[in-house]
Amino acid sequence: MREKQIDKLKDYKYGFTTDIENIRAPKGLNKEVIEFISKAKKEPKWMLDWRMKAFERLKNLKEPNWQKPKYPKIDYQDIYYYSAPKSASETPKSIDELDPKLLETYKKLGIPLQEQQRLNGIAVDAVFDSVSVATTFKDKLNEVGVIFCSISEAIQKHPEIVKKYLGSVIPLTDHYFATLNSAVFTDGSFVYIPPGVKCPMELSTYFRINASQTGQFERTLIIADKGSYVSYLEGCTAPMRDENQLHAANVELVALDNAEIKYSTVQNWYPGDENGKGGIYNFVTKRGLCKGTNSKISWTQVETGSAITWKYPSCVLQGDNSIGEFYSIAITNNYQKADTGTKMIHLGKNTKSKIISKGISAGFSDMTYRGLVDISSKAKNSRNYTQCDSLLMGNKCGAHTVPYIKNKNPESNIAHEATTSKISEEQLHYCQQRGLNPEEAVGLIVNGFCKEVLQQLPMEFAVEAQKLVGISLEGSVG
Amino acid sequence: MLKIKNLKADIESKSILNNFNLEIKPGEVHAIMGPNGSGKSTLSNILSGKKGYDVSGEILFENKNLFELETEERAHKGIFLAFQYPLEIPGVNTNIFLKTSLNAIRKARGEKELDAIEFLKLVKLKAKELKFDEEKLNRQLNVGFSGGEKKKNEILQMSILNPKLSILDETDSGLDIDALKIVADGVNSLRKKDNSFLIITHYQRLLDYIKPDYVHVLMNGHIIKSGGPELALELENKGYENFN
Repeated sequence: MREKQIDKLKDYKYGFTTDIENIRAPKGLNKEVIEFISKAKKEPKWMLDWRMKAFERLKNLKEPNWQKPKYPKIDYQDIYYYSAPKSASETPKSIDELDPKLLETYKKLGIPLQEQQRLNGIAVDAVFDSVSVATTFKDKLNEVGVIFCSISEAIQKHPEIVKKYLGSVIPLTDHYFATLNSAVFTDGSFVYIPPGVKCPMELSTYFRINASQTGQFERTLIIADKGSYVSYLEGCTAPMRDENQLHAANVELVALDNAEIKYSTVQNWYPGDENGKGGIYNFVTKRGLCKGTNSKISWTQVETGSAITWKYPSCVLQGDNSIGEFYSIAITNNYQKADTGTKMIHLGKNTKSKIISKGISAGFSDMTYRGLVDISSKAKNSRNYTQCDSLLMGNKCGAHTVPYIKNKNPESNIAHEATTSKISEEQLHYCQQRGLNPEEAVGLIVNGFCKEVLQQLPMEFAVEAQKLVGISLEGSVG
Repeated sequence: MLKIKNLKADIESKSILNNFNLEIKPGEVHAIMGPNGSGKSTLSNILSGKKGYDVSGEILFENKNLFELETEERAHKGIFLAFQYPLEIPGVNTNIFLKTSLNAIRKARGEKELDAIEFLKLVKLKAKELKFDEEKLNRQLNVGFSGGEKKKNEILQMSILNPKLSILDETDSGLDIDALKIVADGVNSLRKKDNSFLIITHYQRLLDYIKPDYVHVLMNGHIIKSGGPELALELENKGYENFN
């Protein structure tokens, strides 16, 4: 039984590679490589200058090392910073012009780009290694004035918006990985929702690392103008490789007056094998700015992949009455590690934040919830509610909760609840006696444990995520 | 249906059951009575497939060796255990648990799985029969249920899964007289010529409502006396201590 489970685990569904001709920048991190990237993207000078500023700053920065999961030193000169499928380097005008191999890859991943037009109304931007290869549904979005394209395209076509907001939430000099991203980011998605528009469909970006020894540094920028609404989802997978690959993305969200952004992530990067060899280092900076009054940003994440996940999708609640939410499911199995949580920075009056975190650890894995709630002296009458639940499977894994609470406003209110529980032998036996096999039993219990967060996902993805939760824990019982 | 021959069970090298023999034929209701620590719960645990015991001897269920079947496979074959202490499973809706369970069993038997509407129809009917508060079916499984509600929930599950052999492990303990009657009615309504019951209890009380075909007295790990319903009354009068 056990062997069968391990076999299944080896069978990471997305572990295949696509044999495709690449254009790569030479290995290493230097001025020339940054110039290469900027040139490949046909960027204006201001963009290159911006990158160079970040690169200069990077020289004086050190990698942070306060996180719980430690990793071997990364040799930044031994990474390819730019890798693009040859066929996509000349931007295709439509999906039909794409390399059939690329289309096939996305089909295997369950994202048939060609069929997207007929599917249930989800616009997809597909990012393959360093470039965005296709964005679907462009015409329909154009009708209502929604801009959804790759960030490279936005830099060329909508420089005024990009200039205004790029780096406005995550400053150029924020911290090592964010600054690295600012210097070498390759592609990602750009979304602009005009005032008063409720985006007519879910927007989705699908990230895929294919090339070996390649880092993925994507950059996503989403702006919801006054009174607008958008729901955005990203998914990620990577082939199985023995090496650790670095993924250091920056995601910036800006919500103006009365605008709402819902950002969901289903992260399923390759987690490494059952002995902890290989897998993605997922070191990501995600931050949303509730700039306007009554604005709202809601993060939902389902983190099941990666060797190490290290991220804190955050909200800066600047506008009065603005709302920040963070719903998270993080699952670690085998030797995976995660240090994840959120930051809620309350600056405006009557701001509210809610944090629901569900951590599940199995095997030899280790999970840390780390979260900051910071209520400034001006944030009168603000409120936070935090609930952190951990579920342990077996006795070789770890779960830790590290909340940081700063309240400089006596009129504000912070509530924190935390629980740790274990799936007991008795619970499993009970479920088995009712006809469920151990994996079905764990799936049922874990999905029950995560329900509050799963409910936040857009319908189409909730089912997928539910399955993923089950698959991630395969082999953890028996 | 069930044949137990010379069953011996140890836990951490402490002997719990020894030289235990029992045969249950289709349609029969057997009651096992015994004092605390006589091995009653061990017997139900072993029949259900709970791990952690060293066992020898033989248990045949419809001529299949039970020791070769996982817990869930035994459930698929029609063995049901009403737990002495039903487990709480936070976050899992009672209806969803029941539906998942029923469909897992149906699937294993090659029967069509029920969709949500068919299932709800069935569960509503059964809940009504057992006077089980329907609203509770939308709550987390057994969480915040009273002792009596938990036990009634076990009987509800039993009546939905319609097992061949139902083992009731001290289902009567902690029940008030009204709940006891409802549980008994539930069991009696399932009594058919193919369905058998093994009722494990301390007290004779439950047997006023569920008339057993046989009563066995379990002491020191094995059956010391078997007889008809009158044996339960004799036990009640004498007490376990003076029985022998």
